[in-house]
Amino acid sequence: MRHLLSTAGLERAAALALLDTADRLKQALLGREVHKLPTLRGRTVVTLFYENSTRTRASFEIAGKWMSADVVNISAGGSSVAKGESLRDTARTLAAMGADCVVVRHPASGAAHRMAGWVSTHVVNAGDGAHEHPTQALLDAATLRDRLGHLDGRSVTIVGDVVHSRVARSNMHLLTTLGARVHLVAPPTLLPTGVHRWPVTVGHDLDAALPGTDAVMMLRVQAERMHGGFFPSAREYSIRYGLSEARLGLLPEHAVVLHPGPMLRGMEIAHSVADSPRAAITEQVRNGVHVRMAVLYHLLAAQEDQP
Amino acid sequence: MSSRTGTGAAGEAGPPQQHELLSAADVARTVARMAHQIIERTAPEPLVLLGIPTRGVPLAHRLAARIREFGGTVAGVGTLDVTLYRDDLRRRPPRPLETTELPEGGLDEVLVVLVDDVLYSGRTVRAALDAVREYGRPRAVQLAVLVDRGHRELPIRADYVGKNLPTSRDEEIGVLLTETDAADAVVIRRRSR
Repeated sequence: MRHLLSTAGLERAAALALLDTADRLKQALLGREVHKLPTLRGRTVVTLFYENSTRTRASFEIAGKWMSADVVNISAGGSSVAKGESLRDTARTLAAMGADCVVVRHPASGAAHRMAGWVSTHVVNAGDGAHEHPTQALLDAATLRDRLGHLDGRSVTIVGDVVHSRVARSNMHLLTTLGARVHLVAPPTLLPTGVHRWPVTVGHDLDAALPGTDAVMMLRVQAERMHGGFFPSAREYSIRYGLSEARLGLLPEHAVVLHPGPMLRGMEIAHSVADSPRAAITEQVRNGVHVRMAVLYHLLAAQEDQP
Repeated sequence: MSSRTGTGAAGEAGPPQQHELLSAADVARTVARMAHQIIERTAPEPLVLLGIPTRGVPLAHRLAARIREFGGTVAGVGTLDVTLYRDDLRRRPPRPLETTELPEGGLDEVLVVLVDDVLYSGRTVRAALDAVREYGRPRAVQLAVLVDRGHRELPIRADYVGKNLPTSRDEEIGVLLTETDAADAVVIRRRSR
C-alpha cells in the first residue's frame, strides 16, 4: 500500500489486514508501562492540517511517536499557508525536507488525492472536505469488531448530517466492503443528491430503524459547513433525529452507540446516552491510535512498492 | 520465518528434492531430550517459556508439557511476536503481525527460555531480545531451538539445540508440526526460485 486516500476501493483483504494489525498492536502494547516500539525509527511523519482537529491530529501524532517515528505537526494557521503558499508548494517543501509520510486534512474534497500525485512521499487522507476520512472508518470498524465480533451481515444505522459527512461516506464504503448492511437516517435536506446510487437503504424515521440495528452511528451536525436552512431549529432536529435516552431503550440489548466526535451533547446525542455503557465513544478514540499505528506500519514499514 | 522454513510446506505437493531429516518419532525424542537438558541446567528454578511465532509457539507448549512430566517447574508459557523489532522490515512486503501473550506475572526477575524452530542468521533472536526487554527485566534469558542450521550473522548461540543440521544457503529447512502442518517432521529442500 502506497497511500491511504479513501475507503472506496479499499479491498476487503487489505482492510482486514489493517484491522488485524491494529488488534495485534493493541495486544502488544497491553499492560506495558512503556508505549514505545522501535518499528519506524528514523522515519518522519508530517501532519498537515488545514482544518481544526483535536483527536485526529493528536491520534496520528501519538501513533507515530509510539512507533518511534519523528512527528512534525503543521497547522495552516501558523504556517506559510497563511502567507498564501499553495498546497502543492507546501507538499513539495515537506517532501524536500525528507518527510516519509504526510498526513493531510483539507477542506477541499480530493486534496489528498491531488497531493499524492505531486510528491513522492506516502500520503494519508485525514479528512478532505465532505469526501472521505478513511482512518475514522477503520477505527469505527475496529470498535464494532471488538463489540460485535464481526461485521458480516450486521446492520449499522448512520444518523444525521450525511451530506456534509466524510465520516458517513468512508464508513458506508468500508462497512459494506466488510459485509455489513448500512442504513441512513436523516432529514431529506441532509442527504446528498445521488444517495440512491449508494449501496445503502435510506429512511427518515429513527424510531423505526433502531429496533433492528446492531449499531447506531450518530453524526455531528456540521454547522460550520451549513450556509442556509437545513432544518427549522436545533430543537426540532434534536427531537426527531437526536439519540435520547428513550430511543436508547428501543435498541437491541447488544447494540453499540458510536459517535466520531466532537459530540454536541443535547443536540444529536443526549448526555446520558453518551456516557452510557452502550456507547463505545471512548473505545473509538483508543482504537484510533492503534488503527493509525497500523496504517503507518503498512505504509512505512515495508519494502516500497515499485511504481 | 518463511525464509528459513518455507511457507505452507505441508499442504502442497513436495518439490522433487525434499528429504526428511527427522521423522515424527525423531521430533518427539528430540523435544523430550531438550526438556531433560533444560531441567538439568535450570532446576529447581521455575521457567517461563516464550515461543516465537509461528512454530516456536507449539514447540514451547510441547517443551512445557515434557518439562512438567519429567518433574521440572514451568511458571508459564507465552507467545512473543518479534515482527515489530525486526531489522529487515523494509526489505520485504508488509509482514502481518502475530499474537503476543505473556504469562501472568510478567517477565521481571524470572528465567525466560525463548523457543524457536530454526536458528539461522540469529536476527529473529536479536529482535526477540529487544522485545523481551520491553516487557520486563528477566533474571536471565536462554534460547532453545529444534534445529540449528548454521550461517549465523550475529554473535548469538542457542543454549539448547535439538539437532545441528549443517546446511547450504541454497537449501531450506522446513519444520513441520501437527499444530500448524499435516504431520511432525523436519525436511530439507532446495530453495525454490
